[in-house]
Amino acid sequence: MDNAILLALLQDGLTTGAIYLLLAVGLLIAFSVTRAIFIPQGDLVSFAALTLASMIGRHIPGTIWLLDSLCAAALALSLARGRLNAVIPYGLAPAVLTIATLAATRYGAPTAVSAVLSLGIVTALGPLLYRFAYEPLGEASVLALLIVSMALHFVLIGIALYCFGAEGVSTPALTDASFDIGSVTVSGQSLFVGLVCLAMVGALRWFSVRTLYGKALRAAASDRLGARLIGVDHVLSGRTAFALASFAAAVSGLLIAPITPLSYDTGFEIGLKGFVAAVIGGLASYPLAAAGALIVGTIESFSGFWASEYRNIIVFSLLIPVLIWLSLTRGNPEDRA
Amino acid sequence: MTLLSVENLSAGYGKAEVLHGVSLSVAERQIVAIVGPNGAGKTTLMHATMGLLPRTGLVSFMDRSAGDAGWMVRHGVVLVPETRALFTDMSVEENLQLGAFARYRQGARDLPESMAEVFEIFPRLAERRRQSAGTLSGGERQMLALGRALMGKPKLLLLDEPSLGLAPKIVADIFRVIGTMRDRGISILLVEQNARAALQMADYGYVLEMGRVALHGSCAILAEDDRVIETYLGRKRHA
Ligand SMILES: Nc1ncnc2c1ncn2[C@@H]1O[C@H](COP(=O)(O)OP(=O)(O)OP(=O)(O)O)[C@@H](O)[C@H]1O
Ligand SMILES: [Mg+2]
Repeated sequence: MDNAILLALLQDGLTTGAIYLLLAVGLLIAFSVTRAIFIPQGDLVSFAALTLASMIGRHIPGTIWLLDSLCAAALALSLARGRLNAVIPYGLAPAVLTIATLAATRYGAPTAVSAVLSLGIVTALGPLLYRFAYEPLGEASVLALLIVSMALHFVLIGIALYCFGAEGVSTPALTDASFDIGSVTVSGQSLFVGLVCLAMVGALRWFSVRTLYGKALRAAASDRLGARLIGVDHVLSGRTAFALASFAAAVSGLLIAPITPLSYDTGFEIGLKGFVAAVIGGLASYPLAAAGALIVGTIESFSGFWASEYRNIIVFSLLIPVLIWLSLTRGNPEDRA
Repeated sequence: MTLLSVENLSAGYGKAEVLHGVSLSVAERQIVAIVGPNGAGKTTLMHATMGLLPRTGLVSFMDRSAGDAGWMVRHGVVLVPETRALFTDMSVEENLQLGAFARYRQGARDLPESMAEVFEIFPRLAERRRQSAGTLSGGERQMLALGRALMGKPKLLLLDEPSLGLAPKIVADIFRVIGTMRDRGISILLVEQNARAALQMADYGYVLEMGRVALHGSCAILAEDDRVIETYLGRKRHA
Protein backbone atom coordinates (compact mmCIF):
# COMPACT_ATOMS: atom_id res chain seq x y z
CA MET A 1 0.00 0.00 0.00
CA ASP A 2 1.48 3.31 -0.94
CA ASN A 3 1.66 6.51 0.98
CA ALA A 4 -0.94 8.31 -1.07
CA ILE A 5 -3.61 5.77 -0.19
CA LEU A 6 -2.51 5.77 3.40
CA LEU A 7 -2.82 9.54 3.63
CA ALA A 8 -6.15 9.55 1.84
CA LEU A 9 -7.52 6.97 4.28
CA LEU A 10 -6.16 8.94 7.19
CA GLN A 11 -7.78 12.09 5.90
CA ASP A 12 -11.13 10.33 5.47
CA GLY A 13 -10.80 8.83 8.92
CA LEU A 14 -10.04 12.11 10.59
CA THR A 15 -12.90 13.80 8.76
CA THR A 16 -15.50 11.30 9.94
CA GLY A 17 -13.71 11.23 13.30
CA ALA A 18 -14.26 14.96 13.65
CA ILE A 19 -17.96 14.41 13.12
CA TYR A 20 -18.03 11.63 15.73
CA LEU A 21 -16.22 14.05 18.00
CA LEU A 22 -19.07 16.54 17.79
CA LEU A 23 -21.57 13.81 18.58
CA ALA A 24 -19.50 12.48 21.47
CA VAL A 25 -19.24 15.95 22.99
CA GLY A 26 -23.01 16.41 22.69
CA LEU A 27 -23.64 13.04 24.34
CA LEU A 28 -21.24 13.86 27.17
CA ILE A 29 -22.89 17.21 27.86
CA ALA A 30 -26.38 15.68 27.88
CA PHE A 31 -25.25 12.75 30.03
CA SER A 32 -23.30 14.77 32.57
CA VAL A 33 -26.19 17.15 33.20
CA THR A 34 -29.16 14.77 32.98
CA ARG A 35 -27.69 11.24 33.37
CA ALA A 36 -29.54 10.31 30.19
CA ILE A 37 -27.66 8.64 27.33
CA PHE A 38 -29.13 10.48 24.39
CA ILE A 39 -29.24 7.61 21.89
CA PRO A 40 -31.81 9.41 19.67
CA GLN A 41 -29.12 12.01 18.97
CA GLY A 42 -28.14 9.77 16.05
CA ASP A 43 -31.64 9.95 14.63
CA LEU A 44 -31.42 13.72 14.71
CA VAL A 45 -28.33 13.41 12.48
CA SER A 46 -30.60 11.83 9.85
CA PHE A 47 -33.33 14.37 10.56
CA ALA A 48 -30.99 17.26 9.78
CA ALA A 49 -29.69 15.79 6.52
CA LEU A 50 -33.15 14.72 5.37
CA THR A 51 -34.68 18.09 6.26
CA LEU A 52 -32.10 19.94 4.22
CA ALA A 53 -32.33 17.51 1.28
CA SER A 54 -36.06 17.81 1.29
CA MET A 55 -35.95 21.59 1.25
CA ILE A 56 -33.44 21.54 -1.60
CA GLY A 57 -35.82 19.22 -3.46
CA ARG A 58 -38.61 21.78 -2.86
CA HIS A 59 -40.58 19.48 -0.54
CA ILE A 60 -41.82 20.75 2.80
CA PRO A 61 -39.84 18.77 5.41
CA GLY A 62 -42.10 16.77 7.76
CA THR A 63 -39.85 17.69 10.67
CA ILE A 64 -41.30 21.18 10.76
CA TRP A 65 -44.75 19.70 11.48
CA LEU A 66 -43.22 17.48 14.16
CA LEU A 67 -41.66 20.55 15.74
CA ASP A 68 -44.92 22.46 15.54
CA SER A 69 -46.91 19.66 17.16
CA LEU A 70 -44.44 19.34 20.03
CA CYS A 71 -44.44 23.10 20.52
CA ALA A 72 -48.24 23.21 20.47
CA ALA A 73 -48.39 20.50 23.14
CA ALA A 74 -45.80 22.30 25.26
CA LEU A 75 -47.65 25.58 24.81
CA ALA A 76 -50.96 24.04 25.88
CA LEU A 77 -49.38 22.52 28.99
CA SER A 78 -47.65 25.78 29.93
CA LEU A 79 -50.76 27.87 29.43
CA ALA A 80 -52.78 25.42 31.50
CA ARG A 81 -50.34 26.17 34.31
CA GLY A 82 -50.73 29.88 33.78
CA ARG A 83 -47.30 30.50 32.26
CA LEU A 84 -48.18 33.12 29.71
CA ASN A 85 -44.59 33.91 28.68
CA ALA A 86 -44.40 30.43 27.13
CA VAL A 87 -46.08 32.02 24.09
CA ILE A 88 -42.71 33.31 22.89
CA PRO A 89 -40.65 30.08 22.79
CA TYR A 90 -43.54 27.70 22.01
CA GLY A 91 -45.78 29.92 19.91
CA LEU A 92 -44.00 32.79 18.26
CA ALA A 93 -40.61 31.17 17.63
CA PRO A 94 -41.93 28.03 15.92
CA ALA A 95 -44.41 30.15 13.93
CA VAL A 96 -41.58 32.27 12.55
CA LEU A 97 -39.47 29.19 11.82
CA THR A 98 -42.42 27.50 10.07
CA ILE A 99 -43.16 30.49 7.86
CA ALA A 100 -39.47 30.84 6.97
CA THR A 101 -39.22 27.14 6.16
CA LEU A 102 -42.34 27.16 4.00
CA ALA A 103 -41.15 30.25 2.17
CA ALA A 104 -37.64 28.87 1.68
CA THR A 105 -39.07 25.62 0.31
CA ARG A 106 -41.64 27.30 -1.90
CA TYR A 107 -39.27 29.82 -3.47
CA GLY A 108 -36.11 27.71 -3.44
CA ALA A 109 -33.88 29.59 -1.05
CA PRO A 110 -30.09 29.28 -1.35
CA THR A 111 -28.73 26.11 0.25
CA ALA A 112 -27.05 28.08 3.04
CA VAL A 113 -30.40 29.54 4.13
CA SER A 114 -32.07 26.14 4.07
CA ALA A 115 -29.14 24.71 6.03
CA VAL A 116 -29.60 27.33 8.75
CA LEU A 117 -33.33 26.60 8.91
CA SER A 118 -32.67 22.85 9.13
CA LEU A 119 -30.23 23.50 11.98
CA GLY A 120 -32.89 25.54 13.74
CA ILE A 121 -35.60 22.90 13.37
CA VAL A 122 -33.48 19.97 14.50
CA THR A 123 -31.82 21.86 17.36
CA ALA A 124 -35.21 22.91 18.72
CA LEU A 125 -36.35 19.28 18.73
CA GLY A 126 -33.72 18.33 21.35
CA PRO A 127 -35.08 20.26 24.34
CA LEU A 128 -38.65 19.36 23.36
CA LEU A 129 -37.83 15.66 23.32
CA TYR A 130 -36.24 16.14 26.73
CA ARG A 131 -39.31 18.00 27.91
CA PHE A 132 -41.71 15.22 26.96
CA ALA A 133 -39.68 12.01 27.22
CA TYR A 134 -37.22 12.54 30.05
CA GLU A 135 -38.40 15.36 32.33
CA PRO A 136 -41.54 13.58 33.58
CA LEU A 137 -39.31 10.83 34.99
CA GLY A 138 -37.60 13.17 37.41
CA GLU A 139 -34.68 11.61 39.22
CA ALA A 140 -34.81 8.27 37.45
CA SER A 141 -31.94 5.77 37.31
CA VAL A 142 -29.46 5.77 34.45
CA LEU A 143 -30.99 2.50 33.27
CA ALA A 144 -34.56 3.85 33.20
CA LEU A 145 -33.39 6.87 31.23
CA LEU A 146 -31.53 4.60 28.81
CA ILE A 147 -34.69 2.58 28.21
CA VAL A 148 -36.55 5.82 27.46
CA SER A 149 -33.77 6.69 25.01
CA MET A 150 -34.18 3.39 23.18
CA ALA A 151 -37.95 3.82 22.98
CA LEU A 152 -37.55 7.36 21.73
CA HIS A 153 -35.10 6.14 19.10
CA PHE A 154 -37.66 3.72 17.68
CA VAL A 155 -40.33 6.40 17.66
CA LEU A 156 -38.01 8.79 15.82
CA ILE A 157 -36.96 6.35 13.11
CA GLY A 158 -40.65 5.64 12.58
CA ILE A 159 -41.32 9.33 12.19
CA ALA A 160 -38.33 9.75 9.87
CA LEU A 161 -39.52 6.89 7.68
CA TYR A 162 -43.02 8.36 7.55
CA CYS A 163 -41.82 11.89 6.77
CA PHE A 164 -39.00 11.18 4.35
CA GLY A 165 -39.41 7.65 3.03
CA ALA A 166 -36.72 4.98 2.92
CA GLU A 167 -34.51 6.48 0.26
CA GLY A 168 -31.02 7.69 1.02
CA VAL A 169 -30.18 11.28 0.19
CA SER A 170 -27.06 13.31 -0.11
CA THR A 171 -26.76 17.04 -0.37
CA PRO A 172 -24.54 18.92 -2.79
CA ALA A 173 -20.91 19.37 -1.79
CA LEU A 174 -20.26 22.70 -0.18
CA THR A 175 -17.10 23.12 -2.19
CA ASP A 176 -15.22 21.25 -4.90
CA ALA A 177 -11.98 22.96 -4.01
CA SER A 178 -8.98 20.95 -2.96
CA PHE A 179 -5.59 22.00 -1.77
CA ASP A 180 -2.21 20.47 -2.33
CA ILE A 181 -0.06 20.57 0.72
CA GLY A 182 3.25 19.05 -0.31
CA SER A 183 2.34 15.69 -1.80
CA VAL A 184 -0.97 15.49 0.01
CA THR A 185 -4.27 16.57 -1.48
CA VAL A 186 -6.69 17.86 1.09
CA SER A 187 -10.27 18.17 -0.06
CA GLY A 188 -12.09 21.40 0.69
CA GLN A 189 -14.89 19.36 2.22
CA SER A 190 -12.57 17.73 4.77
CA LEU A 191 -11.03 21.05 5.60
CA PHE A 192 -14.46 22.56 6.11
CA VAL A 193 -15.53 19.73 8.41
CA GLY A 194 -12.34 20.15 10.43
CA LEU A 195 -12.78 23.90 10.72
CA VAL A 196 -16.42 23.64 11.78
CA CYS A 197 -15.52 21.09 14.44
CA LEU A 198 -12.69 23.23 15.74
CA ALA A 199 -14.93 26.28 15.84
CA MET A 200 -17.67 24.42 17.71
CA VAL A 201 -15.32 22.88 20.23
CA GLY A 202 -13.69 26.27 20.76
CA ALA A 203 -17.04 28.00 21.20
CA LEU A 204 -18.23 25.37 23.66
CA ARG A 205 -15.05 25.62 25.63
CA TRP A 206 -15.33 29.39 25.75
CA PHE A 207 -18.95 29.12 26.89
CA SER A 208 -18.21 26.65 29.68
CA VAL A 209 -15.01 28.23 30.99
CA ARG A 210 -15.59 31.94 30.44
CA THR A 211 -19.29 32.58 30.97
CA LEU A 212 -21.21 32.22 34.21
CA TYR A 213 -24.04 30.47 32.36
CA GLY A 214 -21.56 27.91 31.04
CA LYS A 215 -20.19 27.43 34.53
CA ALA A 216 -23.73 27.00 35.81
CA LEU A 217 -24.23 24.18 33.31
CA ARG A 218 -21.02 22.54 34.55
CA ALA A 219 -22.25 23.06 38.09
CA ALA A 220 -25.46 21.22 37.25
CA ALA A 221 -23.32 18.34 36.01
CA SER A 222 -21.00 18.49 39.01
CA ASP A 223 -23.44 18.54 41.94
CA ARG A 224 -27.20 18.51 41.56
CA LEU A 225 -28.01 19.70 45.05
CA GLY A 226 -25.34 22.38 44.91
CA ALA A 227 -26.71 23.60 41.59
CA ARG A 228 -30.25 23.92 42.96
CA LEU A 229 -28.92 25.78 45.97
CA ILE A 230 -27.30 28.49 43.85
CA GLY A 231 -30.47 28.90 41.84
CA VAL A 232 -29.59 26.88 38.74
CA ASP A 233 -32.89 25.57 37.48
CA HIS A 234 -32.43 21.84 36.80
CA VAL A 235 -35.18 21.83 34.19
CA LEU A 236 -33.54 24.65 32.29
CA SER A 237 -30.06 23.12 32.51
CA GLY A 238 -31.40 19.78 31.24
CA ARG A 239 -33.06 21.45 28.27
CA THR A 240 -29.95 23.50 27.53
CA ALA A 241 -27.79 20.38 27.57
CA PHE A 242 -30.18 18.67 25.17
CA ALA A 243 -30.25 21.73 22.94
CA LEU A 244 -26.45 21.61 22.71
CA ALA A 245 -26.54 17.87 21.97
CA SER A 246 -29.17 18.24 19.27
CA PHE A 247 -27.28 21.18 17.78
CA ALA A 248 -24.18 18.98 17.57
CA ALA A 249 -26.31 16.30 15.90
CA ALA A 250 -27.78 18.76 13.40
CA VAL A 251 -24.37 20.15 12.46
CA SER A 252 -23.02 16.60 12.08
CA GLY A 253 -25.91 15.66 9.83
CA LEU A 254 -25.29 18.63 7.55
CA LEU A 255 -21.55 17.92 7.48
CA ILE A 256 -21.95 14.24 6.62
CA ALA A 257 -24.70 14.54 4.03
CA PRO A 258 -22.39 15.76 1.24
CA ILE A 259 -19.89 12.93 1.99
CA THR A 260 -22.10 9.90 2.61
CA PRO A 261 -25.73 9.38 1.65
CA LEU A 262 -28.01 9.30 4.68
CA SER A 263 -31.37 7.65 5.07
CA TYR A 264 -33.90 7.58 7.88
CA ASP A 265 -32.01 4.94 9.85
CA THR A 266 -28.32 5.53 9.10
CA GLY A 267 -27.99 8.41 11.54
CA PHE A 268 -28.46 5.95 14.36
CA GLU A 269 -25.34 4.04 13.31
CA ILE A 270 -23.36 7.26 13.13
CA GLY A 271 -24.67 8.25 16.55
CA LEU A 272 -23.55 4.91 17.95
CA LYS A 273 -20.00 5.61 16.79
CA GLY A 274 -20.13 8.92 18.62
CA PHE A 275 -21.32 6.91 21.60
CA VAL A 276 -18.35 4.53 21.30
CA ALA A 277 -16.08 7.58 21.42
CA ALA A 278 -17.92 8.94 24.47
CA VAL A 279 -17.51 5.57 26.19
CA ILE A 280 -13.79 5.65 25.42
CA GLY A 281 -13.86 8.88 27.42
CA GLY A 282 -15.57 7.00 30.25
CA LEU A 283 -18.69 9.14 29.66
CA ALA A 284 -16.82 11.80 31.62
CA SER A 285 -13.64 12.99 29.92
CA TYR A 286 -13.94 15.35 26.97
CA PRO A 287 -10.31 15.07 25.81
CA LEU A 288 -10.38 11.26 25.93
CA ALA A 289 -13.70 11.19 24.09
CA ALA A 290 -12.26 13.50 21.43
CA ALA A 291 -9.22 11.26 20.99
CA GLY A 292 -11.56 8.28 20.93
CA ALA A 293 -13.65 9.86 18.16
CA LEU A 294 -10.62 10.43 15.94
CA ILE A 295 -9.43 6.86 16.60
CA VAL A 296 -12.86 5.43 15.78
CA GLY A 297 -12.97 7.44 12.56
CA THR A 298 -9.49 6.35 11.53
CA ILE A 299 -10.01 2.68 12.35
CA GLU A 300 -13.29 2.76 10.47
CA SER A 301 -11.66 4.25 7.41
CA PHE A 302 -8.80 1.74 7.36
CA SER A 303 -10.98 -1.26 8.05
CA GLY A 304 -13.32 -0.04 5.31
CA PHE A 305 -10.38 -0.31 2.93
CA TRP A 306 -9.13 -3.73 3.99
CA ALA A 307 -12.24 -5.49 5.16
CA SER A 308 -15.17 -3.45 4.10
CA GLU A 309 -17.86 -5.86 5.31
CA TYR A 310 -16.36 -6.02 8.77
CA ARG A 311 -16.07 -2.26 9.20
CA ASN A 312 -18.80 -1.90 11.82
CA ILE A 313 -17.89 -5.09 13.62
CA ILE A 314 -14.34 -3.86 14.01
CA VAL A 315 -15.43 -0.42 15.25
CA PHE A 316 -18.00 -1.71 17.75
CA SER A 317 -15.60 -4.41 18.96
CA LEU A 318 -13.47 -1.54 20.20
CA LEU A 319 -15.99 -1.24 23.01
CA ILE A 320 -14.98 -4.55 24.53
CA PRO A 321 -11.39 -3.72 25.53
CA VAL A 322 -12.50 -0.22 26.50
CA LEU A 323 -15.26 -1.50 28.77
CA ILE A 324 -12.93 -4.07 30.34
CA TRP A 325 -10.40 -1.33 30.95
CA LEU A 326 -13.01 1.00 32.45
CA SER A 327 -14.50 -1.66 34.67
CA LEU A 328 -11.06 -2.50 36.00
CA THR A 329 -10.04 1.07 36.67
CA ARG A 330 -13.24 2.89 37.59
CA GLY A 331 -15.84 0.57 39.03
CA ASN A 332 -19.53 1.05 38.37
CA PRO A 333 -20.29 4.48 36.86
CA GLU A 334 -23.65 4.55 38.67
CA ASP A 335 -21.79 4.63 41.96
CA ARG A 336 -19.99 7.74 40.88
CA ALA A 337 -23.20 9.54 39.90
CA MET B 1 -40.00 41.74 62.29
CA THR B 2 -40.44 38.07 61.36
CA LEU B 3 -38.30 37.14 58.41
CA LEU B 4 -39.01 33.45 58.06
CA SER B 5 -42.07 31.75 59.38
CA VAL B 6 -42.72 28.02 59.23
CA GLU B 7 -46.12 26.82 60.31
CA ASN B 8 -47.26 23.27 60.83
CA LEU B 9 -44.69 21.91 58.39
CA SER B 10 -44.79 18.22 57.56
CA ALA B 11 -42.43 16.55 55.14
CA GLY B 12 -40.66 13.27 54.49
CA TYR B 13 -39.37 10.90 51.87
CA GLY B 14 -42.00 9.09 49.84
CA LYS B 15 -44.49 7.56 52.25
CA ALA B 16 -42.27 7.99 55.31
CA GLU B 17 -43.19 11.21 57.05
CA VAL B 18 -40.26 12.55 59.04
CA LEU B 19 -41.51 15.96 60.18
CA HIS B 20 -44.89 16.13 61.86
CA GLY B 21 -46.18 19.67 62.04
CA VAL B 22 -43.15 21.76 62.92
CA SER B 23 -43.56 25.49 63.51
CA LEU B 24 -40.81 28.01 64.02
CA SER B 25 -39.86 31.54 63.12
CA VAL B 26 -36.75 33.62 62.61
CA ALA B 27 -36.78 37.36 63.16
CA GLU B 28 -34.52 39.91 61.51
CA ARG B 29 -30.93 39.99 62.78
CA GLN B 30 -31.56 36.91 64.86
CA ILE B 31 -29.63 33.67 65.18
CA VAL B 32 -31.97 30.78 65.79
CA ALA B 33 -30.55 27.39 66.74
CA ILE B 34 -32.08 23.98 66.19
CA VAL B 35 -30.65 21.15 68.27
CA GLY B 36 -31.70 17.55 68.51
CA PRO B 37 -30.41 13.99 68.35
CA ASN B 38 -29.29 12.24 65.18
CA GLY B 39 -32.21 11.37 62.97
CA ALA B 40 -34.55 13.87 64.62
CA GLY B 41 -35.21 15.46 61.22
CA LYS B 42 -33.06 18.59 61.42
CA THR B 43 -31.65 18.21 57.92
CA THR B 44 -35.09 17.29 56.62
CA LEU B 45 -36.44 20.48 58.21
CA MET B 46 -33.80 22.59 56.48
CA HIS B 47 -34.44 20.94 53.11
CA ALA B 48 -38.21 21.16 53.40
CA THR B 49 -38.00 24.81 54.42
CA MET B 50 -35.74 25.48 51.47
CA GLY B 51 -38.27 23.87 49.12
CA LEU B 52 -36.09 20.90 48.20
CA LEU B 53 -38.66 18.37 49.44
CA PRO B 54 -42.40 18.06 48.96
CA ARG B 55 -44.10 19.50 52.03
CA THR B 56 -47.40 20.48 53.58
CA GLY B 57 -47.89 23.43 55.85
CA LEU B 58 -46.96 27.04 55.41
CA VAL B 59 -43.53 28.51 54.78
CA SER B 60 -43.32 32.23 54.26
CA PHE B 61 -40.41 34.56 53.85
CA MET B 62 -40.82 38.31 54.36
CA ASP B 63 -44.57 37.81 54.47
CA ARG B 64 -44.69 36.09 51.10
CA SER B 65 -45.58 32.49 50.60
CA ALA B 66 -42.33 30.69 49.78
CA GLY B 67 -41.74 28.77 46.56
CA ASP B 68 -39.12 26.21 45.54
CA ALA B 69 -35.37 26.41 46.09
CA GLY B 70 -34.96 28.73 43.10
CA TRP B 71 -37.50 31.13 44.56
CA MET B 72 -35.78 31.07 47.95
CA VAL B 73 -32.36 31.84 46.46
CA ARG B 74 -33.76 34.68 44.36
CA HIS B 75 -35.35 36.17 47.47
CA GLY B 76 -32.21 35.94 49.58
CA VAL B 77 -32.44 32.64 51.44
CA VAL B 78 -29.34 30.48 51.07
CA LEU B 79 -28.72 27.02 52.50
CA VAL B 80 -25.31 25.57 53.31
CA PRO B 81 -26.21 21.88 53.39
CA GLU B 82 -24.75 19.25 55.67
CA THR B 83 -22.93 17.68 52.70
CA ARG B 84 -21.66 21.13 51.54
CA ALA B 85 -22.56 20.23 47.94
CA LEU B 86 -19.50 21.95 46.49
CA PHE B 87 -18.65 21.69 42.81
CA THR B 88 -15.62 19.54 43.48
CA ASP B 89 -14.31 19.46 39.91
CA MET B 90 -14.35 23.25 39.64
CA SER B 91 -11.96 25.80 41.10
CA VAL B 92 -12.48 27.66 44.36
CA GLU B 93 -12.95 30.85 42.39
CA GLU B 94 -15.58 29.30 40.13
CA ASN B 95 -17.46 27.93 43.13
CA LEU B 96 -17.57 31.41 44.59
CA GLN B 97 -18.69 33.02 41.34
CA LEU B 98 -21.48 30.48 41.08
CA GLY B 99 -22.66 31.44 44.56
CA ALA B 100 -23.71 34.72 42.96
CA PHE B 101 -25.44 33.04 40.01
CA ALA B 102 -28.98 33.96 41.04
CA ARG B 103 -27.97 37.59 41.61
CA TYR B 104 -26.10 37.62 38.30
CA ARG B 105 -29.27 36.52 36.54
CA GLN B 106 -31.05 39.41 38.21
CA GLY B 107 -28.51 41.83 36.81
CA ALA B 108 -25.88 42.10 39.56
CA ARG B 109 -22.37 42.62 38.17
CA ASP B 110 -20.44 43.09 41.41
CA LEU B 111 -18.93 39.61 41.52
CA PRO B 112 -15.27 40.70 41.87
CA GLU B 113 -16.12 43.02 44.78
CA SER B 114 -18.18 40.34 46.53
CA MET B 115 -15.38 37.87 46.05
CA ALA B 116 -12.87 40.29 47.54
CA GLU B 117 -15.11 40.56 50.61
CA VAL B 118 -15.25 36.79 50.96
CA PHE B 119 -11.46 36.60 50.63
CA GLU B 120 -11.19 39.15 53.41
CA ILE B 121 -13.21 36.90 55.68
CA PHE B 122 -11.45 33.71 54.54
CA PRO B 123 -7.91 34.64 53.41
CA ARG B 124 -7.17 30.93 53.06
CA LEU B 125 -9.58 30.74 50.12
CA ALA B 126 -7.70 33.52 48.33
CA GLU B 127 -4.51 31.48 48.53
CA ARG B 128 -6.29 28.51 47.00
CA ARG B 129 -8.42 30.32 44.46
CA ARG B 130 -7.20 28.32 41.46
CA GLN B 131 -7.20 24.98 43.24
CA SER B 132 -10.06 22.60 42.53
CA ALA B 133 -12.61 22.44 45.36
CA GLY B 134 -12.28 18.67 45.58
CA THR B 135 -8.70 18.97 46.81
CA LEU B 136 -9.49 21.23 49.78
CA SER B 137 -9.23 20.11 53.40
CA GLY B 138 -12.40 19.71 55.47
CA GLY B 139 -12.03 23.12 57.08
CA GLU B 140 -11.33 24.81 53.77
CA ARG B 141 -14.36 23.13 52.24
CA GLN B 142 -16.58 24.53 54.94
CA MET B 143 -15.07 27.97 54.41
CA LEU B 144 -15.76 27.64 50.71
CA ALA B 145 -19.33 26.51 51.38
CA LEU B 146 -19.89 29.54 53.61
CA GLY B 147 -18.11 31.81 51.16
CA ARG B 148 -20.22 30.55 48.27
CA ALA B 149 -23.35 31.23 50.33
CA LEU B 150 -22.17 34.76 51.18
CA MET B 151 -21.64 35.47 47.47
CA GLY B 152 -25.42 35.28 47.17
CA LYS B 153 -25.76 38.23 49.58
CA PRO B 154 -28.38 36.38 51.67
CA LYS B 155 -30.83 37.97 54.05
CA LEU B 156 -31.28 34.62 55.74
CA LEU B 157 -28.68 31.90 55.93
CA LEU B 158 -29.60 28.30 56.74
CA LEU B 159 -26.58 26.47 58.12
CA ASP B 160 -26.77 22.70 58.56
CA GLU B 161 -24.07 21.58 61.00
CA PRO B 162 -21.36 24.05 60.04
CA SER B 163 -18.96 22.51 62.57
CA LEU B 164 -19.38 18.91 61.37
CA GLY B 165 -16.05 17.08 61.30
CA LEU B 166 -13.89 20.12 61.99
CA ALA B 167 -11.09 20.62 64.49
CA PRO B 168 -11.96 22.80 67.53
CA LYS B 169 -9.84 25.70 66.34
CA ILE B 170 -11.58 25.81 62.97
CA VAL B 171 -14.96 25.45 64.67
CA ALA B 172 -14.13 28.55 66.71
CA ASP B 173 -13.20 30.39 63.50
CA ILE B 174 -16.44 29.37 61.82
CA PHE B 175 -18.53 30.46 64.79
CA ARG B 176 -16.70 33.78 64.86
CA VAL B 177 -17.61 34.27 61.20
CA ILE B 178 -21.25 33.39 61.94
CA GLY B 179 -21.23 36.11 64.60
CA THR B 180 -19.80 38.61 62.12
CA MET B 181 -22.51 37.75 59.63
CA ARG B 182 -25.19 38.51 62.17
CA ASP B 183 -23.53 41.84 62.90
CA ARG B 184 -23.74 42.59 59.20
CA GLY B 185 -27.47 42.08 59.31
CA ILE B 186 -27.80 38.50 58.11
CA SER B 187 -30.26 36.34 60.02
CA ILE B 188 -29.23 32.76 60.62
CA LEU B 189 -31.05 29.50 61.18
CA LEU B 190 -28.45 27.16 62.59
CA VAL B 191 -28.60 23.39 63.02
CA GLU B 192 -25.89 22.19 65.35
CA GLN B 193 -24.72 18.99 66.93
CA ASN B 194 -22.52 21.13 69.14
CA ALA B 195 -25.41 22.35 71.31
CA ARG B 196 -23.26 24.24 73.76
CA ALA B 197 -21.69 26.47 71.13
CA ALA B 198 -25.00 26.89 69.34
CA LEU B 199 -26.96 27.91 72.42
CA GLN B 200 -24.21 30.28 73.45
CA MET B 201 -24.28 32.06 70.15
CA ALA B 202 -27.97 32.00 69.29
CA ASP B 203 -30.80 34.21 70.51
CA TYR B 204 -33.51 31.62 70.36
CA GLY B 205 -33.53 27.84 70.22
CA TYR B 206 -35.70 24.91 69.25
CA VAL B 207 -35.20 21.33 70.39
CA LEU B 208 -36.33 18.92 67.69
CA GLU B 209 -37.09 15.33 68.68
CA MET B 210 -38.59 12.67 66.41
CA GLY B 211 -39.84 15.22 63.94
CA ARG B 212 -41.55 17.46 66.49
CA VAL B 213 -40.54 20.56 68.37
CA ALA B 214 -40.10 19.25 71.91
CA LEU B 215 -39.09 22.52 73.47
CA HIS B 216 -38.33 26.07 72.48
CA GLY B 217 -37.38 29.30 74.13
CA SER B 218 -34.73 31.94 74.35
CA CYS B 219 -31.29 30.39 74.57
CA ALA B 220 -30.63 31.82 77.99
CA ILE B 221 -33.63 29.90 79.31
CA LEU B 222 -32.97 26.72 77.30
CA ALA B 223 -29.41 26.56 78.58
CA GLU B 224 -30.82 26.41 82.11
CA ASP B 225 -33.37 23.70 81.28
CA ASP B 226 -32.60 20.41 83.03
CA ARG B 227 -33.60 18.22 80.09
CA VAL B 228 -31.50 20.22 77.68
CA ILE B 229 -28.56 20.14 80.03
CA GLU B 230 -28.78 16.40 80.50
CA THR B 231 -29.35 15.43 76.91
CA TYR B 232 -27.51 18.01 74.88
CA LEU B 233 -25.01 19.78 77.06
CA GLY B 234 -23.80 16.47 78.42
CA ARG B 235 -23.28 17.37 82.05
CA LYS B 236 -25.42 17.03 85.11
CA ARG B 237 -26.22 20.22 86.90
CA HIS B 238 -24.90 20.24 90.38
CA ALA B 239 -27.19 21.61 92.97
N1 LIG C 1 -33.17 10.64 51.48
C1 LIG C 1 -33.83 10.00 52.48
N2 LIG C 1 -34.67 9.00 52.19
C2 LIG C 1 -35.36 8.36 53.17
N3 LIG C 1 -35.25 8.65 54.46
C3 LIG C 1 -34.41 9.64 54.82
C4 LIG C 1 -33.66 10.36 53.84
N4 LIG C 1 -32.92 11.28 54.49
C5 LIG C 1 -33.20 11.13 55.80
N5 LIG C 1 -34.09 10.15 56.00
C6 LIG C 1 -34.64 9.74 57.30
O1 LIG C 1 -35.25 10.84 57.91
C7 LIG C 1 -34.99 10.87 59.28
C8 LIG C 1 -34.42 12.23 59.66
O2 LIG C 1 -33.18 12.44 59.00
P1 LIG C 1 -32.40 13.80 59.04
O3 LIG C 1 -31.25 13.67 58.15
O4 LIG C 1 -33.33 14.90 58.81
O5 LIG C 1 -31.92 13.82 60.57
P2 LIG C 1 -30.95 14.84 61.28
O6 LIG C 1 -31.69 15.35 62.45
O7 LIG C 1 -30.42 15.82 60.33
O8 LIG C 1 -29.79 13.86 61.78
P3 LIG C 1 -28.22 14.15 61.91
O9 LIG C 1 -28.04 14.82 63.21
O10 LIG C 1 -27.63 12.78 61.91
O11 LIG C 1 -27.78 14.96 60.75
C9 LIG C 1 -34.02 9.73 59.56
O12 LIG C 1 -34.76 8.68 60.15
C10 LIG C 1 -33.52 9.32 58.22
O13 LIG C 1 -33.30 7.94 58.15
MG1 LIG D 1 -28.58 16.31 59.61
